[in-house]
Amino acid sequence: MALETTALYRKRVRTNRLALVLSILAMVIGMGFLAWILAVLLYKGFGALSLTLFTASTPAPGSEGGLANAILGSAAMVGVATFIATPIGILAGVYLSEFGRRGWLAPTTRFINDILLSAPSIVIGVFIYAVYVAQVQHFSGWAGSLALALIAIPVVVRTTENMLNLVPASLREAASALGAPRWKVVLSVVLRAAKAGVLTGILLAIARVSGETAPLLFTALNNQFMSLDLNGPMANLPVVIFQYAMSPYENWNSLAWGGAIIITFGVLCLNILVRTLFRKKI
Amino acid sequence: MRAQRFQDALFHQLTRFFAFLVLAILVAILASLFYGALPALKEFGAGFPFSADWNPVLDKFGGLISVYGTLSTSLIALLVAVPVSFGIALFLTELCPPALRAPLGVAVELLAAVPSIIYGMWGLFVFAPLFADYIQPLLSGTLGQLPFVGVLFQGPQNGIGILSAGLILAVMVIPFIASVMRDVFEVVPGILKESAYGLGATTWEVVWNVVLPYTRVGVIGGVMLGLGRALGETMAVTFVIGNAHRISPSLYEAGNSIASTLANEFAEASSDLHVASLIALGLILFFVTFVVLAISKILLMRLQRSEGEKT
Repeated sequence: MALETTALYRKRVRTNRLALVLSILAMVIGMGFLAWILAVLLYKGFGALSLTLFTASTPAPGSEGGLANAILGSAAMVGVATFIATPIGILAGVYLSEFGRRGWLAPTTRFINDILLSAPSIVIGVFIYAVYVAQVQHFSGWAGSLALALIAIPVVVRTTENMLNLVPASLREAASALGAPRWKVVLSVVLRAAKAGVLTGILLAIARVSGETAPLLFTALNNQFMSLDLNGPMANLPVVIFQYAMSPYENWNSLAWGGAIIITFGVLCLNILVRTLFRKKI
Repeated sequence: MRAQRFQDALFHQLTRFFAFLVLAILVAILASLFYGALPALKEFGAGFPFSADWNPVLDKFGGLISVYGTLSTSLIALLVAVPVSFGIALFLTELCPPALRAPLGVAVELLAAVPSIIYGMWGLFVFAPLFADYIQPLLSGTLGQLPFVGVLFQGPQNGIGILSAGLILAVMVIPFIASVMRDVFEVVPGILKESAYGLGATTWEVVWNVVLPYTRVGVIGGVMLGLGRALGETMAVTFVIGNAHRISPSLYEAGNSIASTLANEFAEASSDLHVASLIALGLILFFVTFVVLAISKILLMRLQRSEGEKT
């Protein structure tokens, strides 16, 4: 066919082919980085994994040790943060989805919440430092938990609202028609129907918060010893990883890789769990 | 009945209170940062963001070095991340076999879920040595020989500095920009694309002349979201930027971003003025990211609304 051999046609086909090859290349690059990072983690972290990692506390330079205090501290702070953020996030999400039809508050909150979702986490740390740490004059696990909670709240709000919006209006109407008051409709019908979705939000918040380093640097700080005292400086995995990775000691570096592998695979497993638990767009 | 109405009102007000709390958090952050930064702003005045002094010993502070570091690393990140993200989004919406679409989409989102400190470690221990050995000499030998821009690519080749930090940031923001672009491309009505294909357009022509014009607002929104992320990213940058308080023309030189300055100095700040200056930096960072993210949100909302009108 004459048409297919014109110069213009060939140029268009060539441009198209070039663009598509570049697009595939971009995808390969993206996946390549994910694979590369995971491979490095496995390669460097696997050797560091051992039982003492979970039983011994962080060592002095040059001696043997583990990350037990850091793991425990992280778990405690993430736990407290989740405990604070869950009720606040769910109730705010309920307002946005159930009572947010009228007025200025709901659209404004939605807007601000989405901004807080991506706000720099280090500034949250500075904020908690200014309003809490500087007032009580010492670093503490509570301060770290508060900072993490502030980061978790927007995640919970966002997913709760989205999930409640997925609940069909007919369910609410049916419950109201039976004479149930609004709060009962919300608590025992709407929230129950969206249970899996709301749980998703909480798990996502945990995943988001457990890798956060920046807001803990000057709130919880670090602690070399095993401690469950939330009122004192507290060891936590991200900050230990940061300090040990930046240090010149080889055994500290290796511990940092061990911690890195624990956190990354924990966070990735949570994310995958969330996606299988609730196979809808989040 | 009256009890019920009271309970309802109570529940309504309770949820309203918590929604209000989210707003209050934002206001509290701004107010406390401003209050904390006041001593520095009083001492150094409106010139604070433009002064290159940073001397804890003499108690002289200015934000220019950190602001420059934040802006230059974010700019490098966007220059690299935007085309790659566009390619990924194009692949996921137009080229990818349907069976692979979901798993590859999830894989991109997982890339976004990896904690930033992991990117930092990877950057410092794996990327930086390779970068110093192979890529920096290559760039110096080619781009570094050009007039004017050449000076950007000359300097110590140790893999640490503004350019490396920008590249690590690029890897970090690619998944954010790519997922927004993909979601945005998916709102284009099938009829529009099919009409173009029916007229004989190639895939690239459909994307460039139909999909992109239709979604332009949303694409810019996605880029702004990535920018907001890049500006505030702390750990990934702190590992590789080199943490030196100076500005140099070369992108190979070590520098400091606002976030990395805060991460390194806040816990050990010596004087009150030092703390106040750091908080002032935090205020600048928060304000800038707030504006960038707000623009991003407004653009994305505008696309959603126009979608409602057109279909």
